[in-house]
Amino acid sequence: MADLTVEAGDQAARGRAGGGWPGYLARKLGGGLVSVFLVAVLGFFLFRVLPGDPVRTMTRGAPVSAEQLEQLRQRLGLDQPLWKQFVDYLGALVRGDLGTSYTYSRPVAELIGERFGPTVLLVGTATVLAVALGLWMGTRAAWRHGSAFDKASTSVALTLWSVPTFWLGLIVLMVFGVGVGPIPGLFPVGGMVSPDTPPVLISQVLDVARHLVLPALTMVAVIYAQYLMVMRSSLLEEMGADYLTTARAKGLREDLVRRRHAVPNALLPTVTLIFLHLGLVVGGAITVETVYSWPGLGLLTFEALRVPDLPLLQGTFIVLAGSVIVMNVVADLLYRVLDPRVRAA
Amino acid sequence: MGRRLLVALLVLGGLLVPNAAIAAPAEQGEARLRVAVPQQIDSLNPFLGYSLAATDLFRLIYPTLTTYSPEDFSATPELAESWETSLDRLTWTFRIRDGVRWTDGQPVTARDAAYTYDRMMRDPAAATANGNFVENFASVAAPDERTLVIRTKTPQATMLAIDAPIVPEHVWSGIPDVAGFANDRMPVVGSGPFVLTEYEPEQYATLRANRRFWRGPPKISELQFVQFKNTDASVQALRKGDVDVAQRLTPAQFDALAGERDIAQVRGQGRRFFEMLINPGAADSAGDPIGSGHPALRDVRVRRAIDHAVDKEALVERVLNGYGQVGGGYLPPIFDDYHWNPPRPREFDLAEANRQLDAAGYRRGPDGVRRTPQGQPLDLRFMLHASASADAQVGEFVKRWLADVGIRVRLEPVSDNQVNDRTTAGDFDLAVSGWSANPDPDYVLRLQTCASRPTPEGGGTPDSFLCDPAYDDSYAKQLGEFDPAKRIELVQQAQARFYEQASASVLYYQNSLEAYRSDRFSGFTAQPADGGVITGQQGYWGYYGARPTAAATTSRAADDRTTLLVLAGVVLVAGAVGLLVARHRRATVDERE
Repeated sequence: MADLTVEAGDQAARGRAGGGWPGYLARKLGGGLVSVFLVAVLGFFLFRVLPGDPVRTMTRGAPVSAEQLEQLRQRLGLDQPLWKQFVDYLGALVRGDLGTSYTYSRPVAELIGERFGPTVLLVGTATVLAVALGLWMGTRAAWRHGSAFDKASTSVALTLWSVPTFWLGLIVLMVFGVGVGPIPGLFPVGGMVSPDTPPVLISQVLDVARHLVLPALTMVAVIYAQYLMVMRSSLLEEMGADYLTTARAKGLREDLVRRRHAVPNALLPTVTLIFLHLGLVVGGAITVETVYSWPGLGLLTFEALRVPDLPLLQGTFIVLAGSVIVMNVVADLLYRVLDPRVRAA
Repeated sequence: MGRRLLVALLVLGGLLVPNAAIAAPAEQGEARLRVAVPQQIDSLNPFLGYSLAATDLFRLIYPTLTTYSPEDFSATPELAESWETSLDRLTWTFRIRDGVRWTDGQPVTARDAAYTYDRMMRDPAAATANGNFVENFASVAAPDERTLVIRTKTPQATMLAIDAPIVPEHVWSGIPDVAGFANDRMPVVGSGPFVLTEYEPEQYATLRANRRFWRGPPKISELQFVQFKNTDASVQALRKGDVDVAQRLTPAQFDALAGERDIAQVRGQGRRFFEMLINPGAADSAGDPIGSGHPALRDVRVRRAIDHAVDKEALVERVLNGYGQVGGGYLPPIFDDYHWNPPRPREFDLAEANRQLDAAGYRRGPDGVRRTPQGQPLDLRFMLHASASADAQVGEFVKRWLADVGIRVRLEPVSDNQVNDRTTAGDFDLAVSGWSANPDPDYVLRLQTCASRPTPEGGGTPDSFLCDPAYDDSYAKQLGEFDPAKRIELVQQAQARFYEQASASVLYYQNSLEAYRSDRFSGFTAQPADGGVITGQQGYWGYYGARPTAAATTSRAADDRTTLLVLAGVVLVAGAVGLLVARHRRATVDERE
């Protein structure tokens, strides 16, 4: 209620509440922007500390003359003093220019733009499935805690969570991609598209979907455990609460008590966690993308690290760190919407 | 981009839409050869792209002046059908083949070649990938359509190995900024056996056979490079028939494919040699000592003793699973003419190594570790590529053997670019290094000359910091020697001197391991004919020679079946979800108050 009465121009209200919507929004967004700026600064200096002369790395043992090296340095602006490079970098960043990749000789922003879609598709699909699975199993496990289901689901989830992703990916690839014994190899073992798919939209969509199955499955297997565990523990905390007794006393059926009363309250910390992790998961896709040659941001980062391609690393670093910050802000805002107590504070 | 986004957005929804006509059958009589590529194509621009995958692609779509024969790597006419040199060896006149056309119909002329080299000489961006080929050029001219005249600053025996793609002038003269040009307008105008028609970065490149190729069209109709970041996955794709050729296999992967039905293995000699650098006292081009090499290694007797203590046969057996040859001379045996074997090799002999170190005055201290005459213990750092598992194994073996001769070794696995940096700076005692040799030996031989040492400003491409007058003399003579037999002799002389000085120990030459679907293709031309490879060649022979079998030209139904199975699964899941939702609705209706 309080937030509805606060108008943008209502100085008295803003001054009094301090926690009204616009103020809260401004604080969170401002904090986010400061973080993004710090990430940009860090991104610049972090990759200057990496050992290695970029020009040497680029020419990798080719017999180039000193003049050629010098020209290359000039072209990349590496002959400028560090502060000048930093100012140029910040100026370009404001214009949305992330520089030019050494390896691909193309704008970094363009490369990241190309790879963003596939990663969002993979991470998005995997997160949706992992959240659904984790919440459902976590709820069941908590409601009947100590049961065989609780023990089995928790230990399976924790086992998958601790297994190396690369190894799990290869096992999934062998079993469902190639086939073992009676299981036929149903899904492609790598890439995002089959080049020979006819240029009909529905065929292309199905083709991408088929390629998506194994990497998404691998990711789900690895990440659903955390949702299960958080949901389980926060529901367990709610279970002794008085309002549940009240609800039962009203004569509500057990699963309605769970669904209508306990779960919504237990969801609160879980939702925050989901958004906090969404930012991290993009970076976490590196291994899965590498196993399945999925042309996303993770793979791009992996390649850039191997060279190392400084502008590209800088760009992916900003985008990955930026997505964590954005998701943090979203989680903060969402928490306020979901939890009246934060609003009142 | 828009379309791709749309596809991405529709994927989830698309899963729920049944559709009968999904995979279109391949056209009858068409044969597509699919090759799994482990490395990225960094650029389609032949002036910029330098990754192996990119250069492989350029060989298929752009002409070069000369090429390497598939039999034995000898220089063979390609776009130039003949050539002659002036008496002073400074002027080369190439006669350009008549009747060769670009894929847009224009004739390929001497002017295209002159334009390409000239641009590389004038435009630093155009010199990015292949600038070294024109470094010694004084001028390039095309007096007429079929004559190309190149003048060099000094005599150069490598003029028949100008491995730079030639581009069509009428396309490229309109490009002001080479560095910013992606060259991705399909089809890319070339004149090689294949035409690049489709490209998705990080995913695949599709090439159609060039029906008007001057040597005659290839026997396959389409060639496709499919990216596989993970060679384990590419092996599985080969097994499954999703790709037809897999390359750069590890010994374990190669062994796992043995006896597999419909898969043929190719064990080719590799172009790469692996060496252990033994820092002989690094210095820059001005002769000033640099780096932090151990002083004992400046003594050639210590370097030779270390080489005696390395069991190369064991390394080939244990590290390479036997897929390689024991190292000796500097150039790998795949280049038969230039390869040299030491007549009196330093056999693995720990007792002999101990004797030599004793004789040289490096006595053991109370801890069993030898000391220099000045009393400094022989504690050596061995720098390894942390990314290469082979390096780790080599390191462990060498550490053990050297411990037996009283030398303590500390292993230092570091990142690849740190290996580059620290070897360039002379900041190592022992280090694993290796180079891919070209059919022309000049490139790798030059790495050991005094001239390749780093300048005080940091240029140069040093390898083992040899810098030996006798070696340099043989090197300089071979570069100016135009009689093939005499040049071979000089190249071998240089290798003998390198071996004598032991500033590096060539450990082994690794085999190149490949496999292909023999049920679908045959006839890949190997290079060289004896023990050669079918991918990653110096030329286009492997794919150009590939012949489809009857099975490869008929359509495959497997994809349709898979898709139908997937669809069935999706329908089941959708049905289950629908049922659950319906039950949920009913339940809440009952409970409504």
